[in-house]
Amino acid sequence: MELLLTFIQKAIGQGISILFGASGEIITEKSGNLNLGIPGIMYMGGISGLMGAFFYERSTAHPNGFVGLLVSLLATLLASALGGLLYSFLTVSLRANQNVVGLSLTTFGVGFGNFFGGSISKLAGGVGQISVSTTASAYRATIPGLSKLPVIGELLFSYGFLTYLAVVIAIFLTFYLTKTRRGLNLRAVGESPATADAAGINVSLYKYVSTVAGAAIAGLGGLYFVMEYLGGTWNNNGFGDRGWLAIALVILALWKPVNAIWGSFLFGGLYILYIYLPGLTRATQELVKMLPYVVTIIVLVIASNRNNQESQPPSSLGEAYFREER
Amino acid sequence: MSAENNAIANREPLFRITKRAGISAYKAWAIRLTAVVFALVACGLVIVAITGQNPIKVYLSIIDGAVGRSRRFWVTVREMMTLLIIAIGLTPAFRMKFWNIGAEGQLLMGGAATAAMMIYFGDTMPNWLLLVLIFAASSLAGMIWGVIPAVFKAYFNTNETLFTLMLNYVAIQIINFCIVYWENPVGSNTVGIINSATQKGWFPKLFGLTYGWNVVIVLAITFGIYIYMKYGKHGYEIAVVGESHNTARYAGIDVKKVIIRTMILSGAICGLAGAIIVSGGSHTISVSTGGGRGFTAIIVAWMSKFNPWAMILVTAFLVFMQQGSIQIATKYGLNENASDIITGILLFFLIGCEFFINYKVELHRKKKEVQ
Repeated sequence: MELLLTFIQKAIGQGISILFGASGEIITEKSGNLNLGIPGIMYMGGISGLMGAFFYERSTAHPNGFVGLLVSLLATLLASALGGLLYSFLTVSLRANQNVVGLSLTTFGVGFGNFFGGSISKLAGGVGQISVSTTASAYRATIPGLSKLPVIGELLFSYGFLTYLAVVIAIFLTFYLTKTRRGLNLRAVGESPATADAAGINVSLYKYVSTVAGAAIAGLGGLYFVMEYLGGTWNNNGFGDRGWLAIALVILALWKPVNAIWGSFLFGGLYILYIYLPGLTRATQELVKMLPYVVTIIVLVIASNRNNQESQPPSSLGEAYFREER
Repeated sequence: MSAENNAIANREPLFRITKRAGISAYKAWAIRLTAVVFALVACGLVIVAITGQNPIKVYLSIIDGAVGRSRRFWVTVREMMTLLIIAIGLTPAFRMKFWNIGAEGQLLMGGAATAAMMIYFGDTMPNWLLLVLIFAASSLAGMIWGVIPAVFKAYFNTNETLFTLMLNYVAIQIINFCIVYWENPVGSNTVGIINSATQKGWFPKLFGLTYGWNVVIVLAITFGIYIYMKYGKHGYEIAVVGESHNTARYAGIDVKKVIIRTMILSGAICGLAGAIIVSGGSHTISVSTGGGRGFTAIIVAWMSKFNPWAMILVTAFLVFMQQGSIQIATKYGLNENASDIITGILLFFLIGCEFFINYKVELHRKKKEVQ
């Protein structure tokens, strides 16, 4: 029982980064932009938040956790939104190929993260690894009374605020996409930009806004990882392939943010299952780590096999729209 | 902009964008060259901002880092050949508009097959036979990894971008799985240099050059694919399928067969690239054997418009800058991920400039003239 509780707790901890990434990617893909730069943007978001907190904590003798939190949150949102803006500019305004831009952005973003993560304290004249414990403890703070409750406290209330924010964002996005006028317009843009354009919807604007917003949300996944998961430090390539898992989760969730919530917990569970499964050797552990990807492939094949409109990717996904080319 | 239309939706945009009917090769290259210059300036600025050095010195260090010594020059050539063969391998698939994002996985599988051959058959046969076996096994491994998504694409129309992407990570786990059995020394969790004493399965020197065979093999395959795509019936079929599946069907082309056949070829070449990395360079295998080259090659192939000569140019430029910036990073004690930042900046400029080749941008003049 205790083991199961820890497992669920850890699975959720692993899942939140992926959930942020997937929510951001879903809203991006709904506009018809397949942003393969999300893994890079998550790195950029993570390192920027960390750098923001780092420079803040260095600048004062008695850093305040709450201010550090605000600074790092803003830095993350800004950096990842800039990544999304660059992607939108190249794919929407300059009509470059989305896959190519996305992959370049990932190359850039991962390099950006690892470079500054590895060198920032050295560049700033310090020694050793970057560390922002004050800010990180603000991210890790839990609700005082509730988190002490037995079982329920551990299961539901033992996380920092970003965990709840991730779930709230996913629920809000589902509401936005299905129940609001703008959400419906956005889906129209993703399904058929020409039709949306004819209906008077500003296609480029929708693509820009949803991609930039999606990138900002995804960036929070990186911030969650460095602050709450790592506790305010950097580990080169430590974020690993979670960004790609986020893109995989979009498929598993069938482009619905609400599904991404349980999907992210499932992925988080699969990601660490190898630690908890008894009787695994070192070699078979590696095979168990394959599961999230294999599950995604299976879902992808099943979804393509089922000719169900509801579970298909947006029709114009990956294609640039140029009005005069209709 | 016209004053009379108040509604935002009806406002005349500031720029007028039209698709070019065609562009002279001279003009297109002038645009690309401009982009390269801008990219170099941007990279220079970034490096100067980080290291605080004189920009001229920075560029000189890049040149020195890439080709300054004979050894560095040959490493640059080796890296260039590796990137080139992956890009060449991806070309047939992309020509068919099959987004093979899985080159990284395909080359890892090829690399794993190569390492397996070197480890298990290193002592049992002459080197030339072992190398033949390595080429066969690595191509086969890459081919299998490439053909799986192709079959699903052909029969179920499964999205190949995401499928091939996921297979990369399955491949990485397979490598991790193999490392457990191959690790040397035990407990290090790395494979170490394979056959370092006997050099079995290593590319022998050619004309006294360590990487001679890398160059010969890659250039031969580049030339072969060029002929195949340009003059072969298969190349034509690939181009038609890439334009439109319906047109291809109407012309009597078996689309399923073409998709699967092309991915067999594409996967096999990417698998062979794994052999060239492992046998012809690193002599070891790890999850970073691919080092992201499978992704960079996608961008190279696309930017070169599948023209092999352009591909050679682009790979040379990218690898030159990468090797140069690794040198700078080492010199100033920074980590070598700096080269990824540089690559990213270069790519953004090169990708962005294609727009100005394909489209014409005009500032809006007075409304009278527009009408």
